[in-house]
Amino acid sequence: MDFISHGIAEAFRLLLSGDSQTYSAVAATVKVSSMSMAVSLALGIPAGFILGYTSFPGKRQARLMVDTMLALPTVFIGLLVYALVSSQGPLGDLGLLFTLKGIAIGQTILALPIVIALTAAAVEQMDRQLRTTLISLGADRYRLLMTSLWEVRHGILAAGLTAYGRVMTEVGISMMVGGNIKWQTRTVTTAIALETGKGRFAVGFALGLVLILIALTVNVSVSFLRRK
Amino acid sequence: MDYPLKKVGIGTTLIAFCLLLCLSGTPARAGSSQLLLATTTSTDNTGLLDYLAPHFTRATGIGLRWIAVGTGKALKLGQNCDVDVLLVHAPEAEKNFVAAGYGIDRRQVMYNDFVIIGPLADPAGITGKEVRSALVSIKQSGATFVSRGDNSGTHRKELELWAGSGLELPDKASWYVQTGQGMLATINIAAERKGYTLTDRGTYIKYAADHGGNPPLKILVDGDACLRNQYSVILVNPERCPKVKSDQAKAFAQWLTSPQAGKLIADFRLMGKQLFVPNAE
Repeated sequence: MDFISHGIAEAFRLLLSGDSQTYSAVAATVKVSSMSMAVSLALGIPAGFILGYTSFPGKRQARLMVDTMLALPTVFIGLLVYALVSSQGPLGDLGLLFTLKGIAIGQTILALPIVIALTAAAVEQMDRQLRTTLISLGADRYRLLMTSLWEVRHGILAAGLTAYGRVMTEVGISMMVGGNIKWQTRTVTTAIALETGKGRFAVGFALGLVLILIALTVNVSVSFLRRK
Repeated sequence: MDYPLKKVGIGTTLIAFCLLLCLSGTPARAGSSQLLLATTTSTDNTGLLDYLAPHFTRATGIGLRWIAVGTGKALKLGQNCDVDVLLVHAPEAEKNFVAAGYGIDRRQVMYNDFVIIGPLADPAGITGKEVRSALVSIKQSGATFVSRGDNSGTHRKELELWAGSGLELPDKASWYVQTGQGMLATINIAAERKGYTLTDRGTYIKYAADHGGNPPLKILVDGDACLRNQYSVILVNPERCPKVKSDQAKAFAQWLTSPQAGKLIADFRLMGKQLFVPNAE
């Protein structure tokens, strides 16, 4: 399997020579995953917090639903979003099909249950004594909330990273909703699928390494944040 | 306590994300002003569209972007009003598409031909046979045959050939492998399994070029009249789909069937071999 060694060399060549197709795919991947992660975190952290912190009727059912959504296959989400944003679908007028925003909608559906479920789990594992202690110390509701959030920050970070990994590496949604259009909606993963389909295994392998490099950069930045 | 710092952090991150959202909005809008073509994997995989698109943009000022899928899916995208124009190769399905009112103004653009390729050892002994007896030999020998199995133009042609040879489709036979993937992916699977497959000549030449001119699979059967592979351009019906860019689509169809584009198509070569023959009327 000499394409592995070819692939490693090719990965460095693509990155160092500033190959415009590779950088276009990297830019698409970073843009679309940033959009979907921003929305998923903004919606998912509060929702997960409520799910883990409070109790309300139907909570167990809600939890069950979120956990089941963790198993949503990406091709199915792709099909679902295609049906929504296709010209003849209910959101057809927005012109989202074959755009990065369209992909971001699908990826948000993918990431949201992960953020909610893992945030809720982190909150549930939080020290139950904390609330009582804080109240007895005279903390107001805002303080109570902020301190609890601060206590579970590592859990939330882990939730974000897990969701990010899933979003960045999915191919089903990007292919179905994005259409793998060169210079526009071709992400690193759809480029891998294309190159592999064309039998150019070394290029596909190289793009896989590029994706791992992006993930490494994100994780290094986050661990830097954590140390602070 | 660290709250203020943390709040600043979240604020900055949100602003950064908003900036990203705004930035990403621009190319999406720019993209939607371009003509959107649904085409087959063969025109994309061979590099033909990469070669033609800049010429088209120079001649008309219209940007072109495309989605390369099997002909079955391309027709479906046209039916759903999700693309403006189609470049496909399944004449029977295309006629039905136009008859159903989904498309208008179907015009021939170019052709090449289908060939049956297989390992040089040729376990079923089909070299130089005509299509009908070649398929019978493959079936009798039980040698592996790899099919696209994806409702593409090539797949439809293959089904037509089995039926035309009076053979029942070997749908569940162990030697009949249905990949559900694009043409080059299917050729690669055939090479791995040392099997036969049906491909358009253009994609095969591209495959041979990728293997430095010495590919593991060779052309064994070609030249039969039933192996002709006609490509046509179809406009998505603007009466059904008011949002399609019908003027630009018309300009594309006109340009693609012009003598000028015909010359470009005829000049498109890989390893010195012509891939497509223009035959617009």
